Amino acid sequence: MKEIMNKDTSHINSLENEAIYIMREVAAQFEKPVLLFSGGKDSITLVRLAVKAFYPAKIPFPLMHIDTGHNFPETIEFRDRLVKELGLELIVRHVQDSIDQGKVKEETGRYSSRNQLQTTTLLDAIEEFKFDACIGGARRDEEKARAKERIFSVRDDFGQWDEKNQRPELFDMLNGNIEHGQNVRVFPISNWTELDVWSYIEREDIEIPSIYFAHKRKVFLRDGLIWSAEDGVVYRDDSEEVVEELVRFRTVGDMSCTAAVLSDAVSISKVVKEIRESTISERGARIDDKRSEAAMEKRKQQGYF
Amino acid sequence: MEVLKIATAGSVDDGKSTLIGRILYDTKSLTTDKLEAIEKTSKQRGYDYLDFSLATDGLVAEREQGITIDVAHIYFSTAKKSYIIADTPGHVEYTRNMVTGASTSQASIILIDARKGVIEQTNRHFFINNLLRIKDVVVAINKMDLVDYSEEIYNKIKADFEDLMSKRDYQGQKITFIPVSALKGDNVVNKTDKMSWYEGQTLLEHLEEIDKADIFNIGTPRFPVQYVVRPKTEDFHDFRGYAGKVYGGNLTVGDDIVVLPSQTKSKIKDIYFYDEKYETASRRSSVTITLENDINVSRGDMIVKDGDLPTIDKQFTANVCWMDSNQLTAGSKYIVQHGINKVLAKVDTIHHKIHPDYSGIDTEVFGLGVNDIASITFKLNKPIFYDQFKNHRTNGSFILIDPQTNNTVGAGFIQ
Repeated sequence: MKEIMNKDTSHINSLENEAIYIMREVAAQFEKPVLLFSGGKDSITLVRLAVKAFYPAKIPFPLMHIDTGHNFPETIEFRDRLVKELGLELIVRHVQDSIDQGKVKEETGRYSSRNQLQTTTLLDAIEEFKFDACIGGARRDEEKARAKERIFSVRDDFGQWDEKNQRPELFDMLNGNIEHGQNVRVFPISNWTELDVWSYIEREDIEIPSIYFAHKRKVFLRDGLIWSAEDGVVYRDDSEEVVEELVRFRTVGDMSCTAAVLSDAVSISKVVKEIRESTISERGARIDDKRSEAAMEKRKQQGYF
Repeated sequence: MEVLKIATAGSVDDGKSTLIGRILYDTKSLTTDKLEAIEKTSKQRGYDYLDFSLATDGLVAEREQGITIDVAHIYFSTAKKSYIIADTPGHVEYTRNMVTGASTSQASIILIDARKGVIEQTNRHFFINNLLRIKDVVVAINKMDLVDYSEEIYNKIKADFEDLMSKRDYQGQKITFIPVSALKGDNVVNKTDKMSWYEGQTLLEHLEEIDKADIFNIGTPRFPVQYVVRPKTEDFHDFRGYAGKVYGGNLTVGDDIVVLPSQTKSKIKDIYFYDEKYETASRRSSVTITLENDINVSRGDMIVKDGDLPTIDKQFTANVCWMDSNQLTAGSKYIVQHGINKVLAKVDTIHHKIHPDYSGIDTEVFGLGVNDIASITFKLNKPIFYDQFKNHRTNGSFILIDPQTNNTVGAGFIQ
């Protein structure tokens, strides 16, 4: 028999152990936790970590997907298969419903996106199910406002993040004490980088949606970024010419704010190699962060995950 | 690959964020889009040089005021190591955030402005490093470009700092002095020809050689039970596993163990990590263990090796760093979170306030204000199982939670 963690020097092992520890703290400290699942690589990683944390028991909380209605079909198909295979409970709430109820207004024009509208749907769902902890796949290396985030991040009744008054977080001690109505956003992979996530997916041989791998797609170019011209979700001028390119997606969010990158990486090892050599950050292909220097911070203050 | 976690400390405007930005820039860790954003903003503001602090000061208020309010975690790697830098605030009122960043770090960088030398904040930063028993401390004497790269000034600051070192209680620290200019990039990643009198390594060269002595893992095995795994499925009908993280030392199948607080004895039957069984669980691994006997174990209990028990007591004395704007007073009640275990505690005696200026003066006080440090005796409503902080970092530390606000209001180090 082997000694576990004799490969203690491996960075990825210590990240995995840390994340499992955090998952267990959530299950133990909260009454109604939920794992926010978008079908992207980070939330898929979270599911794997949760499976490991509670084995041989099932994950003791449901998954929830806030569906913007503009998801890549490949992601939805993948999501449903994963949930079925693992026998998990999946809650889906739709941004379209929030629009239909008149709670949010659809953006129009060139840069219209439903990404920001998710916040309202998310906060409503939290209230509907009385979730007291929402586990998310945010990482501190993604963006500079995210770099400021605690692992247990307390949000008030309105889902708001008080960035100037965060709780101190010391050693491994996670304080989940909250008042009724408050909510804690939990980020088990805070200390992972994009490359760590990919390396983990490679090591664990985790299945991911096909759009992460190079494929031919009808696209058009705007502001130096490559946008999907399929499915008619992204606003396009007639002057913006559609071409077919070999691309993959580095991050999978709402289609309207996720740009593709030119790539011929068709396997995980090739993706890992590509990320290692890239000189552009992951969020470089997310137009929602480019709206202003504080775009992410502002969204977080409003309750974005 | 190894990972080294470093906390920075320094007073306002000493250039911590600039230093980190400089490391990122010189190690080519800034991606093109991030660098472009820095260039654009620096230009908009009419600066003559690139403001690297824009890479780390992620909050609007920070950029507006040009100060760091909360800890930012920055990630980068070289061919040799992965680094996590906790860029912590220098402002006195944000000291609690500095403690937050330093508590999980293996090394720290204290910045000193060469024009100002050792100031009160330097004392405080060194004191906290000392309290947290951080082993590797780099004293980066910054802004050398503004003092004509003077060897004399460097030597004077070094001597002043060495004076502090002689007064510290924890002697196990390794302290390295490096003269740098974060703004100009001297001795940060690249050697400079402007300080030929300095023969030591650059900051990054030094960091690359720090031996990641695992400071979190000194001591003996402690296994706080985080979660009881009861699948109640056909395949695992009678499975009762105790999930938790191993601290201090290894646990092995067959070990004679004691469950605290009941002091029931048993043996380790199996060690699981996910669906595989292992012979040994080493420290820092998040495993699930099963025991030979069917005994009652719940969250907050602790499994330790027989013959290697921690102190089990309903009271203890600790150095407390107070972090809240509401005063701590004798007689008031708090929740002590010791690892994952939460117990109710009453402040029994505030022995004295400790001055982080190393003056050695202890002041009698009745209450503690924000950022005060004092030696305090607590009485608990039920016993906890602790070690002294100097012997066991994880089992010797705790946080205080205010039951009224649920906030984390203090950090403690058991004496």
